[in-house]
Amino acid sequence: MRVALFVSCLVDLFRPSAGFAAVKLLERLGAEVVVPPAQTCCGQPAYNSGDFNTARELARPLIDALSFYEHVVVPSGSCAGMLTRHYPELFRNEPVWHAKAENLARRTRELSAFLAEHGVDLSDASLHARVLMHDSCSALRELNVYAAPRELLGRVSGVELVELEEGEGEACCGFGGTFCVKYPDISGRMVSDKAEAIAASGAEVVVSGDIGCLMNIAGRLKRMGSRVRVYHLAEVLAGMSDTPGIGEPEDS
Amino acid sequence: MKPTSHAFSANAHRALHDATLQQALAKAGVGFVDKRRAAIDGLPEFRALREAGRNVKDHTLANLDHYLLRFEEQVQASGGVVHWAETPQEACAAVLDICKKSGAKMVAKGKSMVGEEIAVNDALEGAGFEVVETDLGEYIIQIAHEPPSHIIAPAVHKTRQQIADLFQELHHQPGLTRPLQTVPQIVDEARQVLRGKFLAADVGITGANFLIAETGSAVIVTNEGNGDLSATLPRVHIVLASIEKLVPTLEDASVLLRLLARSATGQEITSYTTFFTGPRRADDADGPEQFHVILIDNGRSRMLGGEYHEMLRCIRCGACLNHCPVYGAVGGHAYGWVYPGPMGAVLTPLMVGLDEGRPLPNASTLCGRCEEVCPMSIPLPKLLREHRRHEFARRLTPPRARWALAAWAYCAKRPQLYRRLAGLGMRLLNFLSGGRGRFRSLPFASAWTAARDLPAPQGDTFMRRWQRRKA
Repeated sequence: MRVALFVSCLVDLFRPSAGFAAVKLLERLGAEVVVPPAQTCCGQPAYNSGDFNTARELARPLIDALSFYEHVVVPSGSCAGMLTRHYPELFRNEPVWHAKAENLARRTRELSAFLAEHGVDLSDASLHARVLMHDSCSALRELNVYAAPRELLGRVSGVELVELEEGEGEACCGFGGTFCVKYPDISGRMVSDKAEAIAASGAEVVVSGDIGCLMNIAGRLKRMGSRVRVYHLAEVLAGMSDTPGIGEPEDS
Repeated sequence: MKPTSHAFSANAHRALHDATLQQALAKAGVGFVDKRRAAIDGLPEFRALREAGRNVKDHTLANLDHYLLRFEEQVQASGGVVHWAETPQEACAAVLDICKKSGAKMVAKGKSMVGEEIAVNDALEGAGFEVVETDLGEYIIQIAHEPPSHIIAPAVHKTRQQIADLFQELHHQPGLTRPLQTVPQIVDEARQVLRGKFLAADVGITGANFLIAETGSAVIVTNEGNGDLSATLPRVHIVLASIEKLVPTLEDASVLLRLLARSATGQEITSYTTFFTGPRRADDADGPEQFHVILIDNGRSRMLGGEYHEMLRCIRCGACLNHCPVYGAVGGHAYGWVYPGPMGAVLTPLMVGLDEGRPLPNASTLCGRCEEVCPMSIPLPKLLREHRRHEFARRLTPPRARWALAAWAYCAKRPQLYRRLAGLGMRLLNFLSGGRGRFRSLPFASAWTAARDLPAPQGDTFMRRWQRRKA
């Protein structure tokens, strides 16, 4: 099985360890992992800013770069949603590219959904902590990924899953890509609500499939002086949570 | 109402620092969400109902010309009159004309969002008529001289104490002397004052939740019964309704009523659901002498068949407002016009222009809860993004944002350049963080660091590390 990893720009830039964790997990499935070098960004910032032409210019080479792989896996619900839901929409008036986009969409999976579907072995992962899974809006509502990460975390020895209250769990953390810099007041208020709910939940560790949410949440938790640690889901599943969490000092 | 949507950022900033408003919003938001959830959990066929409701609306919109004419025929057959209004001005002129011809002095109004849209109160008061809002929430904001902040709960931004104070201040003349503390006391006080107004009014104006083509009926739902009193006590009943309120049959209306009540307030059915068909007949016990329906377009026929077509399915339940984190944080007034929240962020730029309404479609994380709870499955995030597309194409996006996007895109289209710059940038940031793992402030990232720390990158990028590993 050959798997192409589209690592996503935020993992590439801010959290390479999450990318290596994804590779480790995919290799554990017996996959040959390829990281196509032409990848940069899926184009979501342009798409959500209304610049559809730039989004298409970024999408075309990526669609081509990912065209030869049986599976494409993305350690981000947001970017996986872009590839599977929005690329076909972007090319709705270009039949050739639309067909290519549809084809890519069929082969593309968000990391946790892919790992759960293929029954990854997590017997050597362990983390003795109360862990809260934060669902990104795109994973939850664009991809319906909810059960998979919980099923996987449930198999990590020592993990005790905690959940936010109904209503709080589904709420957006306020990252929203460029939203957080366009409307910093509102974004700040949303992430404060989220971080306070997390602190009140008794969680010791927060994980998610999306680095965008995690940088936002970790940043707010740190600002509040909270000791809750923040990791990409893949890092915990791959047994790599001994590295410093997001926003933590390098010697911690 | 003069829109202030262009000033959304400043409006939002004020709202976030208004402690009383925040108190009111916190209380209201949770109630709506919990009640809706309970109502929908209690209805196993909700998904099927939602599908059926969507089909009703799609079918009607695809044949709207037919159903509008059929509706007009049926209204006429029942003794009523239909007035066609393309613009708010035409709609207001029709209302004034009816009021003048019937020698009216006082007008009682049931809550109507399209009434707000066409600013009918201003038109009536400008022409010398006394206008009284009869929905409690709408009455409160009328005497406070404020616009509604929510499409089904217009005074949701006010606390109980603020309302009690407002009544204490303004109800001396009708004879208020006792203190108002509890909600029943406040409601009772409003009821006392309003009852007299209902009896004195010459014209009653209501909105319509649905118009039924096969019978020529207008349907309204209220929880206070004020719509019924506004419609049946005065001599003249005027229904204000926009053209997308049409449904073909009574059965179709019942599908949508079941969706509306559950999505809006979490009720199985609204307390009063009334079907008005024509004026009073010879053997009717009550009812108006005249029945008028003003059919208002105001841009809707332009939406038909276009990229915002699906917005015409909206039944104004308010669920998207109640589940929107942005609405929940800043309330409705920040949106600066009649319709707030996600549905307002789609409608406002269409009705007041994209130049004025530009910030609203941007003030969203596109988190998708609005689409998820919409009983009509309107793809609100997609429609917000459509506005952003037009904004970008018309170069209304602020220059700084355009340049940043262009510079980023230039690099992102050139993987080798991108890789080199990204590696350099991340290593520099990592160095600057001095091993602390985060920044409390950074010169070019003050918007981010105002509320939260910025986690520092781990050093070199994944792609460069991967290349080295493979080499």
